[in-house]
Amino acid sequence: MGNKTEINAKGKEKAEALLNVEDLSLSFIQYTSGLRQTELKVISNLSIQANRGEILAVVGSSGSGKSLLTHAILGILPSNAKLDGKIEYDGQVLTQKDKEDLRGKEIALVPQSVTYLDPLMKVSNQVIGAVEKGKEDLMKKLQREIFQQYNLKPEVERMYPHELSGGMARRVLVSTAVMSPAKLIIVDEPTPGLDEKTLNETLSYLKDMANKGSAVMLITHDIEAALKISDKIAVFYAGTVLEVANVEDFKNDGENLRHPYTQALWNALPQNKFQAIEGHQPMQDEVVDGCVFYERCYKKNELCSKGIPQIKKINGGVVRCNNVS
Amino acid sequence: MSNKKKIAGFIGKKILRLISLLLVVSFVSFMLVQYSPIDPVRAYLGEMAVSAEHKEKLEEYWGVNTPPQEKFLNWAGSLLKGDFGVSLIYRMPVIDVIKERFKASLALMASSWLISGILGFILGVVAGMNKGTLLDRVIKTYCYVLAATPTFWLALVLLMIFSVYLGWFPIGLSVPIGVMAENVTFFDRLEHLILPALTLSVLGVAQIAMFTREKLIEVMSSDYVLFAKARGEKGLDLVLRHGIRNVALPAITLQFLSFSELFGGTVLVEQVFSYQGIGLATVSAGLKSDVPLLLGIVLISTVFVFVGNMIADIIYQFIDPRIKQQESTT
Amino acid sequence: MSTAAVNVNRSLFKGLNLRQKTLLILGLTSFLLLAIVVSSLFIDNESLPTDFGSKNLSPSLEHPFGTDWMGRDMLTRTLKGLGLSIVIGALASLISAVLTVILGLLSSAGKAADSFVAWLVDLTLSIPHLLLIILISIGLGGGAQGVIIGVASTHWTSLTRIVRAEIKQLKTQDYIHISRNLGKSKWWIATKHILPHLIPQILLGTILMFPHAILHEASVTFLGFGLSPHEPAIGIILSESMRYLSAGYWWLAFFPGLSLLIVVLTFDLIGENLGKLMDPKNAHE
Repeated sequence: MGNKTEINAKGKEKAEALLNVEDLSLSFIQYTSGLRQTELKVISNLSIQANRGEILAVVGSSGSGKSLLTHAILGILPSNAKLDGKIEYDGQVLTQKDKEDLRGKEIALVPQSVTYLDPLMKVSNQVIGAVEKGKEDLMKKLQREIFQQYNLKPEVERMYPHELSGGMARRVLVSTAVMSPAKLIIVDEPTPGLDEKTLNETLSYLKDMANKGSAVMLITHDIEAALKISDKIAVFYAGTVLEVANVEDFKNDGENLRHPYTQALWNALPQNKFQAIEGHQPMQDEVVDGCVFYERCYKKNELCSKGIPQIKKINGGVVRCNNVS
Repeated sequence: MSNKKKIAGFIGKKILRLISLLLVVSFVSFMLVQYSPIDPVRAYLGEMAVSAEHKEKLEEYWGVNTPPQEKFLNWAGSLLKGDFGVSLIYRMPVIDVIKERFKASLALMASSWLISGILGFILGVVAGMNKGTLLDRVIKTYCYVLAATPTFWLALVLLMIFSVYLGWFPIGLSVPIGVMAENVTFFDRLEHLILPALTLSVLGVAQIAMFTREKLIEVMSSDYVLFAKARGEKGLDLVLRHGIRNVALPAITLQFLSFSELFGGTVLVEQVFSYQGIGLATVSAGLKSDVPLLLGIVLISTVFVFVGNMIADIIYQFIDPRIKQQESTT
Repeated sequence: MSTAAVNVNRSLFKGLNLRQKTLLILGLTSFLLLAIVVSSLFIDNESLPTDFGSKNLSPSLEHPFGTDWMGRDMLTRTLKGLGLSIVIGALASLISAVLTVILGLLSSAGKAADSFVAWLVDLTLSIPHLLLIILISIGLGGGAQGVIIGVASTHWTSLTRIVRAEIKQLKTQDYIHISRNLGKSKWWIATKHILPHLIPQILLGTILMFPHAILHEASVTFLGFGLSPHEPAIGIILSESMRYLSAGYWWLAFFPGLSLLIVVLTFDLIGENLGKLMDPKNAHE
């Protein structure tokens, strides 16, 4: 840790991304009926960056493997997972050991639901977490402050997770991350099941964290919520990122958006054209040779069916498509 | 619903359940024995020679010629008054035989229940924590072999090693022969208790260890342990903080649900070690057609199993905070 | 357990994948059990000559398991006993499976019937298992018939619970609703839609019942409630051996019991591996 703060102090890498994921692929080895072995690919050739003081939203439909991306960054994948590619934190390539050292200290996770809290442990003990001896009082004070700030009544401390309401649970989950000194905060699906008011409240907490200098990675399927607070939007599809757009690009008919899928997502929103595109994502065990969006794309040509399109930088964004310039 | 009301309802329900259960069990077992080829008079007399007149009197006493339904009602009627009848082989009230024998067996069952529970839990946690390692495989194999081991055979093997070959323990009887009951010391009892208790403990470990292992592995791959890991918790601390907390209650519950097997194990072990407990009384009653004693033991052991299940239920409904909450909101 | 066994045999099976290993274990274990049963069929009283000249011999090359007080070869007696145990276990498990199917179908018939089945399960479990078998076996006058029925009529509970749960789950499926709306009878739905789904479960459950059935048969016989002392059962052999323990004839008890343990383990192995083939979810553990 010592040398890391040193690097930060020099400010040498200030401009560079705090988190840099390059060409990440993740697959699982599984047994199917009759004990035949298969490999299931959930993430392929994925690249994204998260910057300090910014919110990066990773947007994609439910069940597309977004959560596994966070597990890969934190090094909490199950044992039958196979991970390739590079994950850099603050300019340093992370090994499994590094991830274990960094998690909870430099990198924090805000999990997606209350099932991520121990059902038999009181909430306050979980928010405080495992503490070194002698620091208990300090942490207890900090926890009380955070609870007050998040409008959680003192009696919530003594509650068990199942006694929390949806909004309370969300605030408790966010406060676990605020307790830690982490610079990179990964927030997994914070919006489902929240009413308008709680939703905006939760989003404002995230904005707050970014304003204080943290890099926030928001994993969500809710593009509207993401657009409200994010600086950049990464569009996740079939295990990879097709486009990273700036939030300003989402306007009018989506003519500034680079990828046909991003445009389709934008146009599917009720306040825009409200039209969905046909087809579905390729299944995880399907082998796709070309572009993963090939089947549903209106711009496709022969080149798209042969090999994955290269990443291009266009207009301050990034896109994986053969047919944009 | 208030907690008091809930507890009262729980107790009421349990008592009703026990009464109906005992009613059915006593009826079914009575009829089973009734229609079996057992002759109570011959059982009573054994090798004794008596006059035909005397025999007739006895037949009347045992109700050989009364219809079974009537006999059942008579028997059940005295049961309600607390009269279990007289044991044919011990020539004393069944209730006294059961009291004395059950006390002896209780020492055996309680000690092995405790030891196997604690040992099994520890082994299960160790195996689950080290899933896939050599240690885990050794514990797993040990448990599978134990689960396949005939209880009475293990008892025989231990008896051969420790009593016959090494001569450390007596070969039989829970108290020394020829010593007055009041002169039997605590150590005499202990000496006779160790081997049977050891046998039962060793065998009882398997189930609880395997269960604890599976449960711990399940807990350790749960969302909340994943999150605890994501927050930097690891190693033994993680297991102690989240693993044990979530595994302990189900494991204790399971141990209380094992009273049925515990009783069966006791019967077998007492037979091998000639330990004068309820198990040996069961076997004698069965082999020598002591119907009143056999039926008495059936009823008492039913209560015994019921109590175990009820404690498990109480743990489940009143101690686990998740269930407590669900109950009160519904 | 299978993992343990697989690991023990790792060097033997090098180069095989999990599927091949599992199939190989299944083949070998089934062969072993079959060999025991078949060879026990060829053993009759003539193969067990009484020879007082060679009584109470400790294990040797000629008599690997030693001889008893009548000079009979213990290996032969054990084999015969194991064969008998397996046959009785098979019979009892089969009857239990049939009971399970009947009770399962009954519980699918309606709410009242289902409660009745649940009540029957609770009732059977309320008396200590071993005591219940003893009671039934006494009620039926003892002997092979008493033991078989005693064991068979008490081992259906766990499988019936599984089957009941499965049926509950199946009943929420759309195609069953559709059949019902089309006016198909309960019996038709039970036999045409529900039973076929349950067959693999019941098959596996029956095999997993085997070890319990065999152990209970041996226990009850050992206590003296089961097979008569003239039968060459393992329980009889072991209860006989009790009389010679203090004389130091350890082999009389040791080998027959160990053989029984191995047979029970073998059944466990078969059930476990078959289960893995059918439901591979946990295979990569």
